[in-house]
Amino acid sequence: MRYVKQFSIIIMISFAGELLKEFLPFSVPASIYGLALMLLALMTGIIRVEQVNDVSTFLLDVMPVMFIPASVGLMESWHVMQSILVPAAILCTVGTISVMVVSGRVTQRIIMSREKRKNQRENKKKNKKR
Amino acid sequence: MDRLVDIISDSLFFGLGISIICYFAGVFIRERTRLAIANPILIGFLLVIAVLKIFDISYDSYMNGAKYLSYLLTPATVCLAVPLYEKLKLLRENAAAIFLGIMSGIIANAFTIWLICILFTLDETIFATIIPRSVTTAIGMVVSSETGGIENITVALICITGIVGNVIADVVCRVFKINHPVAKGIAIGSSSHVLGTAKAVEMGETEGAMSGLAVAVSGILTVICAPLLLNMVY
Repeated sequence: MRYVKQFSIIIMISFAGELLKEFLPFSVPASIYGLALMLLALMTGIIRVEQVNDVSTFLLDVMPVMFIPASVGLMESWHVMQSILVPAAILCTVGTISVMVVSGRVTQRIIMSREKRKNQRENKKKNKKR
Repeated sequence: MDRLVDIISDSLFFGLGISIICYFAGVFIRERTRLAIANPILIGFLLVIAVLKIFDISYDSYMNGAKYLSYLLTPATVCLAVPLYEKLKLLRENAAAIFLGIMSGIIANAFTIWLICILFTLDETIFATIIPRSVTTAIGMVVSSETGGIENITVALICITGIVGNVIADVVCRVFKINHPVAKGIAIGSSSHVLGTAKAVEMGETEGAMSGLAVAVSGILTVICAPLLLNMVY
């Protein structure tokens, strides 16, 4: 029963996400509303991590397989893609690398400089104590 | 032979089974070769297409069973909140870095696409079609059609971007020395949405959590920014 309970909680939140998508005017998908709702529920303690942990680990583990059908869908839009396949592939590769590098490096740089400042402050404290 | 194809076409478990088997073939090949290009999702979907073509099975009869896998995507995305909750302290500590990282990713995306559009003298429609390329499909589709892009092509580009991101994430992080787990997660999530996140989850809990967060935040920011960017450029 444990798995049934956990799965039903996750499904209910997914459903709530779909409801929000219907009634709110923003172009945000149900899954993102659901993610926010789940996070909120966990933060407020309405749901405890143990109540969803096992099934959520399972779903996240299976996640890569879920993308196979959608990717096979590329076959359906083949007639549209055929003529622009090479530029599209180049564009996606170049674009993805540039976004990945910029966002990753920026995040890392800010985290590092923050940690450095923190260390300096701690060192100063130590020196004062001496 | 025809009879076999008929049985397969009617079976609900064919689409489901073949997807999982082909994915595992991909996992097997990656473990044997240890090449970045030997990516389970990439190999998996190419194998499925090959099987469908060889046995002349239609996309619809494949999707008959395979659609149930896609149904699970929403609950799985919802579950990304669980690792994120477990890393909440890390998120609070690095909130500024994370937000600026994601924002700079959106600007980098717009800049790259703008450059390519100028280089190949592409018009406004193409720009609007390509801009939402790096966000999750459900958001990207809407952004594309609302800003005057071609929805079908956007969806295909989103899919290609995801696969590319999933394949190159390891190599890019190594070459460009992105080694902080938070930075890795943000990089992958904001560049290649949920498909890349599948890779980030494999890398580690922090990477997965941050990648999921980046998908949500960059998606929402793209909804806000895309029309503004379009106005700025054209």
